Amino acid sequence: MLAKRIIPCLDVRDGKVVKGVQFRNHEIVGDIVPLAQRYAEAGADELVFYDITASSDARVVDKSWVSRIAQVIDIPFCVAGGIKSIEDAGRILEMGADKISVNSPALANPDLIRALHDTFGQQCVVVGIDSFFDAQTGQYQVYQFTGDEKRTQATRWQTQDWVAEVQQLGAGEIVLNCMNQDGVRQGYDIPQLSSIRARCNVPLIASGGAGSMAHFADVFTQADVDGALAASVFHKGVIDIPALKQYLRQQGVAMRNDDRECV
Amino acid sequence: MKQDIVIVNTGCANIASVRYAFERLAVAVSVSDDPARINRADKVILPGVGSAQAAMTSLHQKGLVEPLQQLTQPVLGVCLGMQMMVDASAESRDGDIPCLGLIPGRVERLQAEGLRLPHMGWNTLSDIAEHPLLHGIDEQQYFYFVHSFGVAVSDTTLARGNYGQPFAAVIAKGNFMGAQFHPERSGRAGARLLKNFVELVN
Repeated sequence: MLAKRIIPCLDVRDGKVVKGVQFRNHEIVGDIVPLAQRYAEAGADELVFYDITASSDARVVDKSWVSRIAQVIDIPFCVAGGIKSIEDAGRILEMGADKISVNSPALANPDLIRALHDTFGQQCVVVGIDSFFDAQTGQYQVYQFTGDEKRTQATRWQTQDWVAEVQQLGAGEIVLNCMNQDGVRQGYDIPQLSSIRARCNVPLIASGGAGSMAHFADVFTQADVDGALAASVFHKGVIDIPALKQYLRQQGVAMRNDDRECV
Repeated sequence: MKQDIVIVNTGCANIASVRYAFERLAVAVSVSDDPARINRADKVILPGVGSAQAAMTSLHQKGLVEPLQQLTQPVLGVCLGMQMMVDASAESRDGDIPCLGLIPGRVERLQAEGLRLPHMGWNTLSDIAEHPLLHGIDEQQYFYFVHSFGVAVSDTTLARGNYGQPFAAVIAKGNFMGAQFHPERSGRAGARLLKNFVELVN
């Protein structure tokens, strides 16, 4: 049976892993490679590295850390941040990343998704979506440039429409980051994720809000997402990955076991 | 015994990952698209991600189709590399595309019975045959899959996967072997399969 995935997310700024609360006040968590290795050893099913400054700074970022990660870990990983072209994506995939994730550049140029699909195949094209619930209009709205507080802005897209569009263009997976929940550890946005799940025929990854092991059980059993992404609860040691996976197994959620005796 | 293992440079993107996986096992590998170099290797890896059509076009352009068909040493195809080992693939914009014809079989789009495609993530194997490539691998272990197309189960199947429908997760015929999943990204279980391949006796 296909297992649900636990995905630690490492936000990268200037070669260090950082964590902010609702995209602000970033603090350094540690070096990328040892953290990646530690999570892989602990049983993480996949890792995501977001270069949170890249899109908003409009600069070329040193991505040499991608190949250092590819050398040491034996689970898949995805790189996001500032990927604006086929060439950008190709370089990262050649360095050993399994997937690339596009967010703001895909909003600026939706055809990028189609081009990535046609060049590298659907399996490596992840579209990240930052979605904010506007209480005044009662709508979920897609935001861009969320790596930089000063430039963060709403787009013309409502979340459900953008989800439909990116699938049409060839996305192989969608990471839905529910901004209202991000970093506050009050649980995933189950209503929004359930609603998007019903419109999403590719794997859907929940992001934003994990604070306790029960939150993971809720998002898997209630919103039927394929994976759950989290950062601070793992970085700060609030949740231990082996304990989380054991707990989820007890809740009836299919989880991979990593047989340490096998090699 | 030091072996000469060569990864075929198919022009696809997972070559680095496959190379690193062998290096983690302390096995040195080379990457080459030179037919003579590939021919004299002790073992050959055929990697691949992306579409069958693009990958077969690349093999034709590099003049690698016949040289690969003539190999007699152990050859391991990975993911799309495995799919290229069978007779033909339906993963093309204009009908069937002929593949290498090393192992009988056809690549068809998965009929996932309403499940999401691609089949992406960690899944287990079943009906695992006795074969040196699968020593120490059992139905409890998970492997990382990413694919929308697959090879049907047949008498060349060494292990099945299941996602809405059964499909061939590991296949072999003589010296040609293939895995639909990515052993290079499948944790310790995947490393075990690669180690088994390294330890195969010619």
